[in-house]
Amino acid sequence: MQVPAPFTYERATSVEHAIALLGELGPEARVVAGGHSLIPMMKLRLARPDALVDINGLGAELAQIRVDGDDLVIGSLARHADLLGSAVAGEHFPIFHDAEKVIADPVVRNFGTVGGSLCQADPAEDLAAVFAALDGVATLRGPAGVRQVRVRELHVGPYETVLAPDELMLELRVAIRPGGGSAYEKVERRVGDYPVAAAGAAVWLDGDTVRDVGIGLTAVGAEHFAAPEAEAALRGQPATEESFRAAGQLAAEHCNPSADQRGPVDYKRHLAAELTTRALLRAAARARGQEA
Amino acid sequence: MTTVEERPHTGFGRTLRKEDVRLVRGKGNYVDDVRLPGMLHGALLRSPYAHAKINSIDTSAAEAHPKVLAVITGETLKGLGLAWMPTLSYDVQAVLATDKVRYQGQEVAFVIAEDHYSARDAVELIEVDYEPLPVVADAKKAMAADAPVIRDDKEGQTDNHIFDWESGDQAETDAVFANAEVVVAEDILYPRVHPAPLETCGSVADMDPVTGKLTLYTTSQAPHAHRTVYALVAGLPEHKIRVISPDIGGGFGNKVGIYPGYVMSIVGSIVTGKPVKWVEDRAEHLMSTAFARDYHMRGEIAATKDGKILGLRVKVLADHGAFNATAQPTKFPAGFFHVFTGSYDLQAAHCTVTGVYTNKAPGGVAYACSFRITEAVYLVERMVDVLAYELKADPAELRMKNLIQPEQFPYTTKTGWEYDSGDYPKALQLAMDMAGYDELRKEQAEKRERGELMGIGVAFFTEAVGAGPRKHMDILGLGMADGAELRIHPTGKAVLRISVKTQGQGHETTFAQIVGNELGLPTADIEVVHGDTDQTPFGLGTYGSRSTPVSGAATALVARKIRDKAKIVASAMLEVSPDDLEWEGNRWQVKGDPEQGKTIQEIALAAHSSLELPEGVEGHLDATTVYNPPNLTYPFGAYICVVDVDKGTGGVKVRRFIAVDDCGVRINPMIVEGQVHGGLADGVGMALMQVIAFDEEGNHLGASFMDYLLPTSLECPSWELGETTTPSPHHPIGAKGVGESATVGSPCAVVNAVLDAIKPYGVRHADMPLTPAAVWGALNGRPIRTDLAIP
Repeated sequence: MQVPAPFTYERATSVEHAIALLGELGPEARVVAGGHSLIPMMKLRLARPDALVDINGLGAELAQIRVDGDDLVIGSLARHADLLGSAVAGEHFPIFHDAEKVIADPVVRNFGTVGGSLCQADPAEDLAAVFAALDGVATLRGPAGVRQVRVRELHVGPYETVLAPDELMLELRVAIRPGGGSAYEKVERRVGDYPVAAAGAAVWLDGDTVRDVGIGLTAVGAEHFAAPEAEAALRGQPATEESFRAAGQLAAEHCNPSADQRGPVDYKRHLAAELTTRALLRAAARARGQEA
Repeated sequence: MTTVEERPHTGFGRTLRKEDVRLVRGKGNYVDDVRLPGMLHGALLRSPYAHAKINSIDTSAAEAHPKVLAVITGETLKGLGLAWMPTLSYDVQAVLATDKVRYQGQEVAFVIAEDHYSARDAVELIEVDYEPLPVVADAKKAMAADAPVIRDDKEGQTDNHIFDWESGDQAETDAVFANAEVVVAEDILYPRVHPAPLETCGSVADMDPVTGKLTLYTTSQAPHAHRTVYALVAGLPEHKIRVISPDIGGGFGNKVGIYPGYVMSIVGSIVTGKPVKWVEDRAEHLMSTAFARDYHMRGEIAATKDGKILGLRVKVLADHGAFNATAQPTKFPAGFFHVFTGSYDLQAAHCTVTGVYTNKAPGGVAYACSFRITEAVYLVERMVDVLAYELKADPAELRMKNLIQPEQFPYTTKTGWEYDSGDYPKALQLAMDMAGYDELRKEQAEKRERGELMGIGVAFFTEAVGAGPRKHMDILGLGMADGAELRIHPTGKAVLRISVKTQGQGHETTFAQIVGNELGLPTADIEVVHGDTDQTPFGLGTYGSRSTPVSGAATALVARKIRDKAKIVASAMLEVSPDDLEWEGNRWQVKGDPEQGKTIQEIALAAHSSLELPEGVEGHLDATTVYNPPNLTYPFGAYICVVDVDKGTGGVKVRRFIAVDDCGVRINPMIVEGQVHGGLADGVGMALMQVIAFDEEGNHLGASFMDYLLPTSLECPSWELGETTTPSPHHPIGAKGVGESATVGSPCAVVNAVLDAIKPYGVRHADMPLTPAAVWGALNGRPIRTDLAIP
């Protein structure tokens, strides 16, 4: 059995308590929620936090999925299974259900959390691409108060975020706008694996014209998990396969994949184009009401 | 509501597995469940380098850890004469490294502490001064003139060569090739994979300082063989060693050999005077225990223009890792690779295998490979498809044209092996009928017109299992015969003691069924005892699909001995001559007078009673036997796989898999089907996703289940199984063994299907694993070679 190096453990009883504990325990303390990324890394002794602050008791405050005004709000402690099972999330943004169906396996989804996935900042994280496509906004809280950060600005590098050591992610907000459709496309070596590459797309149409678009990419070294050049080029264009393919090409040109056992650079770049195109096609079909 | 007559299950047929009563309730008892009073915990320090000299080891900080009792290094073992141990292939392997480390993950030091956490913490406190050496990770570079010599510990070893082996007639084969109309060659790699049982290896050693008796709870597929090896290695008297293999969570050949960790738990118990548990973690298991395959093969096939296969010529470079520790009959350095001629009637065949050392973990024979038959079948079944590609022939028709015919059995191959029985065309035809082969080809043609990629893969295999005849087969001199003991209690309940050991195969059920079938006893009334050397007769254990062919035969024969003995007792009970009795399924009865008869239960009571028995009959009802198989048994099967390939992503979806297996008489068809299901999933895994890869520095790239992938139900279609039954003529119940059939036969069916799908792109061969990236590469004109298994 793999076992972690020694650490201390605290259980937070409220958001305020969690933040206070993080402040007291210092920068080598880590928040643990589902633990499905952090604990394996600790067992392999790749991660060695001095202390864990367990926030699993904060579900009443942090685990809700609801519509608030024009926003879909997803609590950071919502489990993957909650998001997959959420009718309101699926109704407004089918991309969530697309993605959650292919994230890990049911055991992991039952306990792994949305906020934990984003804060872990794995360069192959599926939800990072989903929230990038939707241009979601994270609410962070520290001792000084609350601040809002676009998910596109949350990640500063592999396993690194803008969160201060004593900041906690509270929730994520996505603006609900009319005329939209969204979809997620992933290639994996085996179900439950991290993606070889994956792309998420959200499209808002005016008739047959792309009014607005968001494209998220993961596992291909796209800065902030996004494809801004492809988005800019696609806005105002006709919503056709041709323009989607062109956007896919642009997305591929601007990402920076690295070779590993999942595949070589050119293959991953090809997938960035192919999967972006497929996600855009499905998102547009959904925007038109042609596909569930 | 219909009422079903409640009758206890007896004999062959589908019945629930007896062992599942405990296993599905979480009440199994695995090595890691063993907790003895005062038990200590061991952990190994392993090498981060694939090849490095050890300048010094400083254990002082680890020893200063408050919960550490001892730290043992190779130097400590050297003093005891235990630094090296023999392997099952007449080589030696370091227990703990002394001079240098030879692969990443090799055992360097052993910490014994009060608890597992402290042992792990203290391992990190050991300081080793390594001096890195040049690495040989590529078998093809192992014999280069400038290659560093890995085994400089062996006197006279000046290169990385281990052995040369050949089979078949070279001159005859060369002549056939020289005159053949068509000759096709292909380089085929069977990459290094790992059997990855979900339970890792481990042991609890308990050396009683008073009695001098060692009890070793261990993950062993062969407890009796292990006991003898420990006696030979450690100089412990064999009657003072008791090896207990409790429930085993999968073996697949991985738990046949002896690992340094087992030895260290024993040394630890001797040193501390307390029980010591050692259980490795997943990364340790995948990095250091017996891998499988790593066969670099060049096949050549000779044929006529109209598709009559004439000959096969094969050259193999076998990567055995840093120590030659393959677990197989000792005189068979390439296992049973002789059967590379497969299921075909050839004029000539020849093969050479060269084994080499590399800076990688030792092993090679595991993962249900049937002693290298997996590699042999993969080679020949790929070569037949390569020939079909060149001849533009249908792969099923080409096979049908060349299969050994039923009237040719017993069939002696060009490598001298005698296949016992079979009707190959019938099995292939059944598979084609089940698949709807012609319709599938039509569908494929239509899809190709539309630019869609669909493939149909065919594979036919012949297995050789049940090792084996003791005059040919032994492990370190121990003949591969197995014993069985059967005792019928006075009330007619039975206890069977066998030498083989289940790792999930269901022995406790099927062996009870064999006894029940012979004696008419209900399955539930027969207890099967196994996995404890103090409680069971000697035998070589479970691997190579040998349990049913060898131990199953012993079980049937020992039950027949009981039946014969019972006949004499029955004759005394009925006051008739034994010659006047006949066996009627569950009782001896008087010929012509069915009213007069005695069941085994009645006879058992009488055998223990005051009944006067005939002269020379001892009483009680028990028997022992040892079974020495006259030949191997040869199960076979025809597999057809249907895949769809996404040409935009290279993704492969296995749509259907039809598996027709002939394993002779089936004792419990449900268990047979379960074995086949598992092996088919293995095949999908190997074909599409599995490889133990290394980089040039010998770094292991697959030491977790995130890197080394096991297939899930979502990669597997709903298996479509069929069967034909050709009993083995020399096995007491006609059974042939099935444990490895599907693992042997299925990888090639999947690979052949993928290559069939992408045939329009001019791809004739591609090496496993056919990941999306590899398939996309092939579609884009890139040859798929996983060669070194380094991406």
